[in-house]
Amino acid sequence: MGLTLGYVVRRLALFVLIVWITATINFLVPRLAPGDPMGAVLGRMESQGQKIDNAGEIIAQYRRFFGLDEPLPVQYVKYLSALTRLEFGYSLAAFPAKATDIVARALPWTLGLLATTTLLAFALGSTLGALLAWPRSPRFVRGLVPVAMVLAAIPPYLKAILLLFLLAFTFPVFPAFGTSQIGKIGAEAFDNFLDAIYHSALPALAILLSGIGAWALGMRGMMISTVGSDYLMLAEAKGLPPARIFFRYGMRNAILPQVTALAIALGHIVTGTALVEIMFSYPGVGLLLYRSITDNDFVMIQAITFMLVLAVATMALLIDLLYPRLDPRIGYARR
Amino acid sequence: MAQIAAPLQTVSLRFRPSVSTRVRNWQLATGLALVLGLALIGLLGSLAVGESGLKLGTAGFVKAPTLERPFGTDGSGRDIGVFLLHAVLPTMKIGLIAGGIGTAVGVVFGLLTGFLRGPIDSIVRTAADVALAIPALAVLVVISAYVHVQSVELMAVVVALFAWPFPTRSIRAQTLALREQGFVEIARLSGKGELLIAFTEILPNLLPYIIAGFVASVFGGILASVGLQLLGLGPRLVPTLGLMLEEAFQAGAIVRNLWWWWGAPTATLILLFIGLFLISLGLDEVANPRLRRARR
Repeated sequence: MGLTLGYVVRRLALFVLIVWITATINFLVPRLAPGDPMGAVLGRMESQGQKIDNAGEIIAQYRRFFGLDEPLPVQYVKYLSALTRLEFGYSLAAFPAKATDIVARALPWTLGLLATTTLLAFALGSTLGALLAWPRSPRFVRGLVPVAMVLAAIPPYLKAILLLFLLAFTFPVFPAFGTSQIGKIGAEAFDNFLDAIYHSALPALAILLSGIGAWALGMRGMMISTVGSDYLMLAEAKGLPPARIFFRYGMRNAILPQVTALAIALGHIVTGTALVEIMFSYPGVGLLLYRSITDNDFVMIQAITFMLVLAVATMALLIDLLYPRLDPRIGYARR
Repeated sequence: MAQIAAPLQTVSLRFRPSVSTRVRNWQLATGLALVLGLALIGLLGSLAVGESGLKLGTAGFVKAPTLERPFGTDGSGRDIGVFLLHAVLPTMKIGLIAGGIGTAVGVVFGLLTGFLRGPIDSIVRTAADVALAIPALAVLVVISAYVHVQSVELMAVVVALFAWPFPTRSIRAQTLALREQGFVEIARLSGKGELLIAFTEILPNLLPYIIAGFVASVFGGILASVGLQLLGLGPRLVPTLGLMLEEAFQAGAIVRNLWWWWGAPTATLILLFIGLFLISLGLDEVANPRLRRARR
């Protein structure tokens, strides 16, 4: 049956709903909070001893941009139309830089780290999990279950602290911080690439270890229910090679709920990645969010959270649209 | 019929746990020991040491552990051991309140939508799908940046905003499976009202799932609250493990190799997370007997 038009439309509607609700929360929370949001922000910044030369200019620009003097419904419509152009206005802390431009610079770092670690963790974790439940696995493999449990239980940000302590300070194998200068030109491009990987190694490891543990446990549960199936016995009776039975008959069927779980877990993964970025001063969106919170840069906070939700919702949409290719039984008449 | 066997068997297990099941479920035993142990140490310890060590500047600044102060002191001149003992229970409280709210909402939503179906079902299901798809941190950051969260209870409520979708989904799925069973049909034939059936016939069979879901929500609540605290958002006047960790991180305790400062909250949180995780795995196994096969 595969992909039906009704399913695609429903899934797209859900995507729009997710983005719209996030945008609405972002719109309402500052306006429901007591006091004028901009005045409060600038007042707080000044009380903390930050000098703002162009406070009047920012407020005027902000008021004009968002039309804060107009009635709320008008503001809301204007706000939504600005969002469709990804316009958030100017960063308060880094005026006159536009929030969108700042986020756009950090986004590739986060997406690169996110994509690499998520795909690797999913592949490695699922394979490991399948082996944990496979009756023919060597004994020591099945003994790895508690290891997977501990890996899955410790959140990535605590792993980041332990990895920093172990591999950056006690045994300085990897650098603790950030990345080297971005944007060197020409022949050094490849060196830059290697350098970026070298500097990303520890944050990636912290996220990977958590992911592998969690996916392994999930896959183990699925594989346990698959192992008793008749078609596996038939495959064995036919004399198929064990590897083929394991991958094409066992894992191929057990992995389907894992893919659905991946779409649901994306939000969680992004949260974990953002916090790990902060621990390692990795120049991604998470670190930017942290700096914006410290700077009370509300424009940036809004821009970052919206872009994060947009990215996660898009990825989940892609997974859900690709899913029928993995599982042709799904017609999506009703979930 | 296979579906009904699982919950019914679990219920009987809950009320008459056989010795062999109890001994074999090492996850549940280890997890409970860890979490209850930590809670007990936090409770008795904080009562025993008193609050004098919590005052700023009374214990000396950034001192490595000594015999007198076995956990050292932090950058604000507090005894880390005393702070740690006082931080355990408030941290757990955040998780318990957030998990409690999330589970309660999830049970009511899941049970009603799964049993009554209809338009409310579509609305709640869509809402849960939306809430699951939004990275909780993104919205929580916006909320806590504007609403200055200064109490443990408010923190828990904020975190609970994203604690309900998962319980709702799983309770709804179980309810859907149960409502087609024979005993529900019999209750209906005997003239019981729909709501009464939902709460007296279905709910008791869901108990293992509800408890497992509650523990998972507590885990998620503490996870999210510590995450927010690391971002500097959260109560600063109540001692919590997240606050300790954030202060240590802020002061560069890792870079400066002040291992006792970041080590104490990190180790305690790791034990707490592992404990909660093992409890929920163990309860999963009780609720879902198919998983038990793998351990043989």
